[in-house]
Amino acid sequence: MSEHGATAAEGTERPIYLDYQATTPCDPRVVEAMLPFFTERFGNPHSVHHGYGGQAEAAVETARAQVAALIGAEPREIVFTSGATEANNLAIKGVARFHRERRGHLVSCTTEHKCVLEAVRRLEREGLRVTRLAVGADGLVDLAELEAALTEETALVTIMAVNNEIGVIQPLAEIGALCRARGALFHSDAAQAVGKIPLDVEAMKIDLLSISGHKVYGPMGVGALYVRRRPRVRLEPLFDGGGQERGLRSGTLPLPLCVGLGAACAIAQREMAEESERLGRLRRRLHDGITARLSGVQVNGDPERRIAGNLNLSFAGVDGESLIAAMPGIAVSTGSACTSASVEPSYVLRALGLGDDLAGASIRIGLGRYTTEAEIDTAIETIAAAVTRLRGTGTRAAE
Amino acid sequence: MTPAVYLDYNATTPVRPEAAAAVADALALTGNASSVHRFGRLARRKLEDAREAVAALVGAPAERVVFTSGGTEANNLALTGTGRTRRLVSAGEHDSVLNAAAGVEGGAERIPLRRDGVVDLDALEARLGEDSRPALVSVMLANNETGVIQPVARAAETAHGRGALVHCDAVQGAGKIPVDMAALGVDLLSLSAHKLGGPQGVGALIVAEGLELAPLMRGGGQERRHRAGTENLPGIAGFGAAAECALAGLERMAGLAELRDRLERRLRARAPEIKIYGAGAPRLPNTSCFGVPGLAAEIQVIALDLAGIAVSAGAACSSGKVAPSHVLGAMGASEAEAGSAIRVSLGWDSGAAGIERFLEAWSALYSRSARGTPAGEPGGLISAGGTTR
Repeated sequence: MSEHGATAAEGTERPIYLDYQATTPCDPRVVEAMLPFFTERFGNPHSVHHGYGGQAEAAVETARAQVAALIGAEPREIVFTSGATEANNLAIKGVARFHRERRGHLVSCTTEHKCVLEAVRRLEREGLRVTRLAVGADGLVDLAELEAALTEETALVTIMAVNNEIGVIQPLAEIGALCRARGALFHSDAAQAVGKIPLDVEAMKIDLLSISGHKVYGPMGVGALYVRRRPRVRLEPLFDGGGQERGLRSGTLPLPLCVGLGAACAIAQREMAEESERLGRLRRRLHDGITARLSGVQVNGDPERRIAGNLNLSFAGVDGESLIAAMPGIAVSTGSACTSASVEPSYVLRALGLGDDLAGASIRIGLGRYTTEAEIDTAIETIAAAVTRLRGTGTRAAE
Repeated sequence: MTPAVYLDYNATTPVRPEAAAAVADALALTGNASSVHRFGRLARRKLEDAREAVAALVGAPAERVVFTSGGTEANNLALTGTGRTRRLVSAGEHDSVLNAAAGVEGGAERIPLRRDGVVDLDALEARLGEDSRPALVSVMLANNETGVIQPVARAAETAHGRGALVHCDAVQGAGKIPVDMAALGVDLLSLSAHKLGGPQGVGALIVAEGLELAPLMRGGGQERRHRAGTENLPGIAGFGAAAECALAGLERMAGLAELRDRLERRLRARAPEIKIYGAGAPRLPNTSCFGVPGLAAEIQVIALDLAGIAVSAGAACSSGKVAPSHVLGAMGASEAEAGSAIRVSLGWDSGAAGIERFLEAWSALYSRSARGTPAGEPGGLISAGGTTR
């Protein structure tokens, strides 16, 4: 972005936030629930002998129950972490390292979040065997391929619930059933799914599930890992210390953040159905508005089996980065925020079979709790105008 | 019930108002610091401001600060990230250091403490000389239970002379005494926000220039690839604000020594048989760890809690357990002695009134115990100078 562009964007006009898959604003109700715990109700939840610690422990347990309720788990199956990246690392490395003697095989998928890919790669370097499932043009794994990949040696299958770039929902219950039948544990990175779609670890036969606070209108710096107790899932901790969280996750629990995650989950449970319906309507409006004004627009990922708040589009002949730079009034991204400084085209879109041209011509639009119809209408006009302008000047710029 | 007197600052501190305001401000922001749009850039700016403030607290360059989820993670990253499998740790280290060091191949060698709680540097030097493998030495800045300040700079000099890397867990020391990473001469330094008036859930590892670590958590490549995961912006902003306040408040913190010393004089006057751990060594100004024979720590902590006063029996993370303190054990205390020790720790908003309340409640408890001199008897007037040890 040019210096001039940056200045304009930094002006008084607040851009429209349409990047809800990068992070969600913290819901004011969550903030309200948390703030007292930063000040007058502080305490170390592990100081069990004095009143401060006792209150803190009770608040953490309430939060744990709220998180558990949203995914059909029991409170004691929830381990608080610093976020989904830690939860994913804990689940994948923890299970693989615990079971490596008897089961040295992992199954994952090529479109997983960076932290899952990296954790799996690390284990591969440690000598574990890895199968990475491809996805179809719709972004979904092929269940027959998964079934063929599973062996007696498979310790863990890790497949995300919802993709962070294209929003597609993997067939979790079917994956869970296949894993259970072969005695493999099933972990799902549900950072983008929790609070967006109904999840039930029992019905879906999920053994480990990662949760992120700041993707569900809760605070940053907190997440959780669901770890099944019946039958008990065994794993090695990622790090050691005071032995908190039943030895799985040492470190003083961040009380206000746990409270915030709990509150966010409770809100999601109450409002998810209605919110999802509203966002689905807005997304259709966005999609219809854009395609009515522009040709050469492609939706990336299955158009139906996706969360309501995600639309990933490729605009033929347009460079995604240039498009974003041309629209300082709306905040969208070309893909995952973690890799947004990278100039490589998205590995997720390439896994769908897109060439570099279309993969590089994409933007991710994330809708969420505070997105309004007026904002969507503005976004439609902004995108249509910018794409038209860029397509018009495209040949000249290339010369 | 809300206890009126909080004397457990080494477990966790209330968040300073400035830090709470910074957290609240950041919570009102939307933005992933890795996003390139305006929301992301504003988040990034806040993040880097906080990095400067945390760096300034320990005299390090900002770009060497790696934010983590807390002291435990920072210690684990330091102990496992260098790839050095020979680890020498002081016997008084926090559980997160001891367990991280022991939990990996090769295990850990413990360097004993002297009776005053200070690590035995001669033993460190001798041990380093026994084996030529490149080692990692971990010595904490100040002990969480006794407050004893360790000779980190000298330990680092010794260790570096033998080709070792040095980690310092400064979680309890930072914000209570001046810290200068260069003067300490250490390669790695751990910090925790909630021990210095910042929020829980955030800490940092300061990594000396030129040293690269293998990350504990892999993913999006944040924190110069040392620590993946979306940065906890509100937590980090609160940490930055708390670090600034802590730096500005060091003088006031030093003044707490007077309050602590008065407490200890009065305790000695009341209970001449009292044992104050680490009293002969340099200590943090805010910490007192003591016990009298036959008065169990748990009984004291619970009775004081009923009187509205929060103290602890050793480290909070293990206070749900019955195991006696490994720190006091390493200082030569018997199990019975260690089992009777409690910790009083003061903080940035402690005052004399709280100490009076504590003394009153503790004296009453002491009187009721079998060992105590009945209240009102001359016991309270003898040996006000305190010469028990």
